[in-house]
Amino acid sequence: MTETRLETRALSRHFGALTAVQAIDFKLATGARHALIGPNGAGKTTFVNLLTGVLRPTHGHVLLGGCDITDKAQAERVKLGIARTFQINRLFRGLSALENVCIAVAERVGAASSMIYPAGWRTDVIDEAMQILETLKLTDAARRRVSELAYGRQRLIELAIAIGLKPEVLLLDEPAAGVPSAESHIILDALERLPEHIAVLIIEHDMDVVFRFAKRVSVMVGGALFAEGTPREIEANPKVREVYLGQSSQRSGHG
Amino acid sequence: MNAAAPVAAPAQITSRVDHPAARALTGRHRVRWWEALPWLAAVALYLAFPDYLGFGTELLIVILFALSLDLALGYAGIITLGHAAFFGGGAYTVGMLAFYGVWTEPITGLVLAAATAAVIGLLSGLVLLRTSGLTLLMLTICTMALMEQADNMARTYTGGFDGLPDLPIAPVFGLFEFNPLYANTQFLYALGVLFLCFAFVRTLIYSPFGQSLTGIRENLLRMHAVGSPVRRRLVICYTISAALAGVAGGLSAQTNAFVNLSALDLDRAATVLIVLILGGHGRLYGAFIGAVVYLTLEHFLAQIYPTAWQLGLGILLVLIALFARNGILGLGETLWRRYDARRAAS
Repeated sequence: MTETRLETRALSRHFGALTAVQAIDFKLATGARHALIGPNGAGKTTFVNLLTGVLRPTHGHVLLGGCDITDKAQAERVKLGIARTFQINRLFRGLSALENVCIAVAERVGAASSMIYPAGWRTDVIDEAMQILETLKLTDAARRRVSELAYGRQRLIELAIAIGLKPEVLLLDEPAAGVPSAESHIILDALERLPEHIAVLIIEHDMDVVFRFAKRVSVMVGGALFAEGTPREIEANPKVREVYLGQSSQRSGHG
Repeated sequence: MNAAAPVAAPAQITSRVDHPAARALTGRHRVRWWEALPWLAAVALYLAFPDYLGFGTELLIVILFALSLDLALGYAGIITLGHAAFFGGGAYTVGMLAFYGVWTEPITGLVLAAATAAVIGLLSGLVLLRTSGLTLLMLTICTMALMEQADNMARTYTGGFDGLPDLPIAPVFGLFEFNPLYANTQFLYALGVLFLCFAFVRTLIYSPFGQSLTGIRENLLRMHAVGSPVRRRLVICYTISAALAGVAGGLSAQTNAFVNLSALDLDRAATVLIVLILGGHGRLYGAFIGAVVYLTLEHFLAQIYPTAWQLGLGILLVLIALFARNGILGLGETLWRRYDARRAAS
């Protein structure tokens, strides 16, 4: 069996009277390809925010590699190896694609607090960032401002920044959201080329993406985990079909 | 470079760093030929217009002040309208030390001014930079207003509204007489100080630290998500910016040989903001262009239309706001890019 990389124990978050996330016990193994699905408002993004430290839980714990990181701030968790992408692009819009990735890499290797030498001297940082763009087939876009790129490619930059952090756990919040279906394959291709050891948790509405990419699927409804299993099991589960898949009934209903 | 170097490195790595996008980054900090122009212009002013050296010194001080604001506002995106707090902090440090005969040596005086302003920047920054947007803007104004009032209430020591006149400043390096009668000494001294501060700011903004400040300006939330200690970076930047504003203030007190409450008031903070917006923020040379245009207009329009010169300035600002959001430099860049594209097309 593979070891557990990220784990939550009875993780809950209340917003006043609303329970957004309710006593979630969840395990993500090294090298996992795990999808989290659920209807809108199920608390998926809140769950990710609890994992990354943007929000503090009301109850419960988050463990990374067996260590309790519940009290660690977001920046510390990134250093420990948890990276994420956002549902809506959060890029450095005025900067070039290469600069976007360089900022992440420089931060990871600890260069970013140096004041006395030019950033251009860190060719190791620039080279690594170029390499990441290369693996995502973005070399030709490296010099362009990210705000000028097609949306699908902007989503890839979003991914490239996260890869630049060399994470052990990667949380992808709807990586294909807003990408025209004609372009969504470039996102999938990129996801399939992620280094194998990374534990990936993907939140996704597009069932094509989920069924092609994920080895396991968890369904979240009303803040709680509702079901978990292989994609096939989930697809066959009548209760899941009822609360979630049932709405659009077919796998391809979303594209 | 000799021919052996590329052979030693693996071919692929060489090609990656050779990509135009990578080369744009590795070569970004290099000094361009036109960067000598402002300094040549300053020397030309010194040689050709000895009567305008007083004006020139004032100009250099405004440039330094605007440059300090550019670091905070233009690069790190810290919205502030209270930068005179640090200018005044520096000015009063120099002023009070000199007035009471404690310390009159000019260069170390500026170091002390920088230190005082840095302390004010650090302490206020630790509190202020937890906020953003309009809250931050209001709190920066409040800090400045508090200092102004504290200064006014301590009038026994600070001279209140009238300030401290006739500051005795010792000769520079113990050799060059330093008072408003020696405009050439003052001009060269201010030019030297500006050059050193500028070299420092330029190094800083092209450093990895400067790059991370740009990241904070472009997307704060993403900077948190890449593990950047955002608030610490902002506080450091704000402190450095405050220190530079303090140097500008100290320089102003030294060259005018007096300091009063106007060093701390909203008018000064607003003026430097206008100068920076006019020239173009986040552009390093925006401070230079803005200060030259603003002070020249102020100087000559005030001679032509003593009662209505501000109208001319107002119209210019409206035009800038409507047609050149990134200031005069930004407008220049846009026009240059358009020209370049047309040249490439034909």
